[in-house]
Amino acid sequence: MIAVAAILLSDLFAVVMLFGVYSLLTAALFMDLDAVDVAFTEAAVGAGVTTVLMLSSLHLTKRWEALPRRKPLLGLLVIGITGAALVYAVLDAPLLGDPTAPVHQHVTPRYLEQGAEEVGMPNLVTAVLASYRGYDTFGETVVIFTAGLAVLLLLGIHEDARMRPGVSAIGDQVVLRSVVKPLLPLILLFGLYVQFHGDFGAGGGFQAGVIFATAFVLYDLVFGDGSARAVVPPGWLHRLAALGVLIYGGVGVYSLLAGKAFLDYSALAADPVHGQHLGVLLVELGVGIAVFSVVLLIFYAFSGRSRRR
Amino acid sequence: MTVILEWLSGLCLLLGGVLCISGGVGLLRMPDFFSRVHASGVTETLAAPLLLSGLLLQMELSLDSVKVIMILILVLATNPTATHAMAKATLHGGQRPLEFANGKDIGGDGSSKP
Repeated sequence: MIAVAAILLSDLFAVVMLFGVYSLLTAALFMDLDAVDVAFTEAAVGAGVTTVLMLSSLHLTKRWEALPRRKPLLGLLVIGITGAALVYAVLDAPLLGDPTAPVHQHVTPRYLEQGAEEVGMPNLVTAVLASYRGYDTFGETVVIFTAGLAVLLLLGIHEDARMRPGVSAIGDQVVLRSVVKPLLPLILLFGLYVQFHGDFGAGGGFQAGVIFATAFVLYDLVFGDGSARAVVPPGWLHRLAALGVLIYGGVGVYSLLAGKAFLDYSALAADPVHGQHLGVLLVELGVGIAVFSVVLLIFYAFSGRSRRR
Repeated sequence: MTVILEWLSGLCLLLGGVLCISGGVGLLRMPDFFSRVHASGVTETLAAPLLLSGLLLQMELSLDSVKVIMILILVLATNPTATHAMAKATLHGGQRPLEFANGKDIGGDGSSKP
């Protein structure tokens, strides 16, 4: 229903807010399905960062959606046929939680039964994400890095004379500054907690990177662009993003040089389980650094530009 | 003792729910942006900690209850700040509060002189 409203409205500001509400409800739905890590990531990214990024991109474009000049009937036909085909395919899918479904048959029992001894961490989601399926997570990190690169190539980070430290967009900010200033170290501490706690509870590199970036975005919003760029200069960010991907790939290459397969963590230490712990720690660190720098980079790119009046 | 705690927790949860609904009604029925934001800010800043303390009374003291206390303090600190930020941004954008005198909207020029 929220999605239908978001499609029908033409006030893009309201649409962005509806997207945030939609993401929050999806996170609640994931919680209901017992997928805590996914819900955490969806809430942090969808209801948090994406709303801010879309609002700052709205600053660059118009607020009201331009109506299309002609009715695209061919597009409607294509989407109708594709949608019908997808619905027909979904009808054939196994029921949720069906124990004879293929997804529960082949690799999953091995993860569930041997995951605790092979990887040695209580959170199986992190074990699967970072160790059993580490190659896929490496792909995700590279995709995030590529997105940051694309934004840099298309928009660039623009600095101008209006961005001096201490100048902020809306005048005097006594209440906001005095509340946000003590809050920021707590947010950063929480980000670190989520990063290193991913082995034991919900958490991991993606969520931690987003939370870390959110702290700096909050600082930017309250204290002004100039102060934020004095704290984290934009020139660092693409280097940090590359560093994150390099850490992840470096772990893989080290395993190759040590004679085992790419991203085989047992090559990192004498005891294989210890090697798994070390490997997961390092790759989650790489992911966290990459996600943090890309999110902050996208925010800087959007907020640094203004419509030429 | 546990009976008192259960009753107290139920009372807190009920009050929190009633305040949430009342905040929602205020959000829908108030005539002006500033009064809407005030309605939702005040009621929900009280409702969320009430709901959380209702849940807290049903837990024994553990790491989870410390986390709930932290969430409670966070909501208590950030909800009014967010309300303030919204009102400030709206004022910066140019919208002024409605002012009524003798049943007609006399508007306002944003200054605080009487």
